[in-house]
Amino acid sequence: MNPIAYFRAADAAEALAHASGGARFIAGGTNLLDLMKEFVMRPAALIDINNLSLAEIAPLAGGGLRLGATARNADTAYHPLVRESYPLLTAAILAGASPQIRNMASNGGNLLQRTRCHYFYDIGTPCNKRLPGSGCSAVGGLTRQHAILGGSPQCIATHPSDMCVALAALGAIVHARSAAGERQIAFADFHRLPDDRPEQDTTLASGELITHIELPPASQFAAHSAYLKIRDRASYAFALVSVAAMLDIGDDGVVREARLALGGVAHKPWRLPAAEALLVGHPADAAHFAAAADALLVGAQGQGENNFKIPLARRAVVRALEQAVAGTHDNTRSERDRAD
Amino acid sequence: MTELIEALRTPVADQGTGAVTIGMPVSRVDGRDKVTGQARYAAEHTADGLLYGVVVSGTIPRGRIAAIHADAALAVAGVVEVITHLNRPRIRSFDIFYKDMTAPGGSPFRPLYDDKIAYSGQPVALVVAETFEAARYAARLVEVDYEVEPHATSLTENRERSYKPSRMKAGFTPPPDPKGHADEVWEKAAVRVEGEYYSGVEHHNPLEMFASTVIRSDDGHLTIYDKTQSSQNSRWYVSHVFGLGKDKVTVRNPYVGGAFGSGLRPQYQLPLAVMAALQLKRSVRVVLTRQQMFTFGHRPETLQRVKLAAEPDGTLSAIIHEAVAETSRMEDYVEVVVNWSGELYACEHVRLGYHLVDLDHASPMDMRAPGAAHGVYALEVAMDELSYTLKMDPLALRLKNYAEMDPSRGLPYSTKELRACYEQGAARFGWDQRSLEPGSMREGRELIGWGMATGIWDAMQMFARASAVLHADGSLVVSSAATDIGTGTYTAMSIIAADAMGLPLEQVRFQLGDSTLPVAPIEGGSSHVATVGSAVQGVCEKLQKKLFKLAKKLPSSPLAKARFADIEFSGGFVRISSQPGVAVSIIDIIAGSGEQRLEEKYLMLPNMLKQMKY
Repeated sequence: MNPIAYFRAADAAEALAHASGGARFIAGGTNLLDLMKEFVMRPAALIDINNLSLAEIAPLAGGGLRLGATARNADTAYHPLVRESYPLLTAAILAGASPQIRNMASNGGNLLQRTRCHYFYDIGTPCNKRLPGSGCSAVGGLTRQHAILGGSPQCIATHPSDMCVALAALGAIVHARSAAGERQIAFADFHRLPDDRPEQDTTLASGELITHIELPPASQFAAHSAYLKIRDRASYAFALVSVAAMLDIGDDGVVREARLALGGVAHKPWRLPAAEALLVGHPADAAHFAAAADALLVGAQGQGENNFKIPLARRAVVRALEQAVAGTHDNTRSERDRAD
Repeated sequence: MTELIEALRTPVADQGTGAVTIGMPVSRVDGRDKVTGQARYAAEHTADGLLYGVVVSGTIPRGRIAAIHADAALAVAGVVEVITHLNRPRIRSFDIFYKDMTAPGGSPFRPLYDDKIAYSGQPVALVVAETFEAARYAARLVEVDYEVEPHATSLTENRERSYKPSRMKAGFTPPPDPKGHADEVWEKAAVRVEGEYYSGVEHHNPLEMFASTVIRSDDGHLTIYDKTQSSQNSRWYVSHVFGLGKDKVTVRNPYVGGAFGSGLRPQYQLPLAVMAALQLKRSVRVVLTRQQMFTFGHRPETLQRVKLAAEPDGTLSAIIHEAVAETSRMEDYVEVVVNWSGELYACEHVRLGYHLVDLDHASPMDMRAPGAAHGVYALEVAMDELSYTLKMDPLALRLKNYAEMDPSRGLPYSTKELRACYEQGAARFGWDQRSLEPGSMREGRELIGWGMATGIWDAMQMFARASAVLHADGSLVVSSAATDIGTGTYTAMSIIAADAMGLPLEQVRFQLGDSTLPVAPIEGGSSHVATVGSAVQGVCEKLQKKLFKLAKKLPSSPLAKARFADIEFSGGFVRISSQPGVAVSIIDIIAGSGEQRLEEKYLMLPNMLKQMKY
């Protein structure tokens, strides 16, 4: 057995009171338990937050939706309000993992899941994210899954979530609570680039607890959104490249607002408002889509084995935007949605 | 004679299944046990005081172990021992003792033998504890210091070092000498193609993890439940490595959860579990992790070059097929990759080559149609490319070069129904609807294609023994140390015996999976039914004759004047074929004989003279 202390907290105050000295919160545990079995993460204690009444999915007073931190990914994806107003989020969640994992995985945990870089998982190899200062085995190694944007010499891992790519495009707000009080973190600021501290995936402080995720109103995009995921298998595989695209198109066919986020390409969901601005005020056509894709990929750098991701991402952006123009597709009926 | 071994829990068909004949669809006799969890696999057998071993895997590709720090692991409650090359029990040193029945030439890997690291993931220690959880945790705490040496693991970067394999392996045929002048013909040919084909390493990774449960009796006898494609191969290996007599070790594998060739050789969890059992004088189970399932044999990385030349009408004029494959530094693993290209199509000028590059890997091993899976693939892709160069239908090109005789030997094929396969496949698929131009068919936004390829495989038969015991109640037990890796051996053999003896299927048990049973070959090469099935057929025929003789001797026997050729076995009776009402029941024959049961055994030897005609 791995020696471990386990504490089931009754409320947030109790959970926070125990959140020190190498303890980790646990909800679904779908990623954390794997990492513990592999000795990649070795928390001294687990604080179970499933009894914290954080599972609610409910409309917010000023519009928008509150997604509880311990609400399950599957319950979120199939929730009527999510399907109606945020079909992009439904599509992204259902593109990830397997039904079994989505039934267990929590929303807060999805944000905090760790990279699936092979070297991070293999404790026989150096990895700056796992053991700071030990070196990066991915640089010069097998990099098919690795970053083309925002990497550093210390780390070229990617964030594996599909859900987070949609949340980035939706401009979600993460609500967190700690002993010091409550605060809100804009989604763009929640995950961070590796720089010289790749062990730090997010800006969440140690002992800080995600209580819920706030989705701002997005009904203007509901008719024109698409989540396109390109992967090695049609199901149960992480994205090589994924694209969340949302368009608000006026009756005159001119784009009023656009959102674009890329998954599988960086240490965080990749979003550049400047690239989105290139679409606004223009017809929703291939030339403008290509320009936006180019802008989004400025500075992209392959690692050799993953050089293909740069043209792949460029084409995927254009295709996702074309799909969004054609209309939002309901993918709740089939796990294996080809989205073509 | 061979008794029913209770511990094997040999499955039998459901009551009411009744009479069967070969070729009839029948529910698997082991199906119910499998779907209800009653079938027990290697890691599911237990014993009083069972210890659990967890393997510590090495983390460098090549070098030496400088030190192993096991104190932290030994301090974990429940840990009994950490076995390494420094404190293991005595094992033999000569290569010969490590050669299992399918070993290729060279020096087999010897787990925990010394401080040498030959490949990444090699076992370096076994942590043994009173519980699996303690062993798994403690295994993580073992720290190993290494002296790292330069390594080579890339076939493409080392292909210049390729050599002709000098050491051979049973069942391997080197490429034949060149026929004609393939290179000259190719150079001058009007139509020609050339291609390089790369296939990466493939791991078998069957559903059931490799596991060995070693159950030690008070007298020191070891009964080992092992994941293997041959209980007798594992028994042989353990006896040789540890110097234990044949009567000191029994290996069983009544259920195997897939293997695909990975069980053709004993894997390292077997000697490790035996080491622990011998050292600690306890029963021990060792199960590999899914990750460790990547740390032994695999289909080797292979590079192939194929050159084809043809006349404008599609007649093949030259075939050149060369392969360079990976092996380990320890053994020359060899498989038939290129020979198929000389056997499949009629062609006058053929040159085939097969070379190896030794790398710092575990030795490759046979995996699902070893050699052919990627060798025939390369040839067939080249044939496709040739067809497009010729602007000829790919199927028409195959038919144009159809070989009625094996061109490499000038002998008939043992069986070849390929023309009929082509015709049926083309008709069912609507081949004539196909657009010839590559890249011209779409489904939505995806390019799709219709293609075809030909397959070829050897028809092999080994030797095997079988025994049969017919009991007074008319139930039959047929035994052979065969294996069922999920392929249906239990069912196929039961059907053969039931059909031969005219008994309902539920009265027949086929007992396999124990090294003390009559000799059977390793299950592999798509030859098990041809081999063991023929032995079962043979022993049943002997039993038929014995029954017939006894039937004739019965007082006022209705079969007294019958000849063997006149009778048949059906419905539990021996009957006159032309007068099915004239019959004696098998139960009555045994009762009348004064015997409690009737026994026979049979040795099936392949007819080598006949085999040489093909």
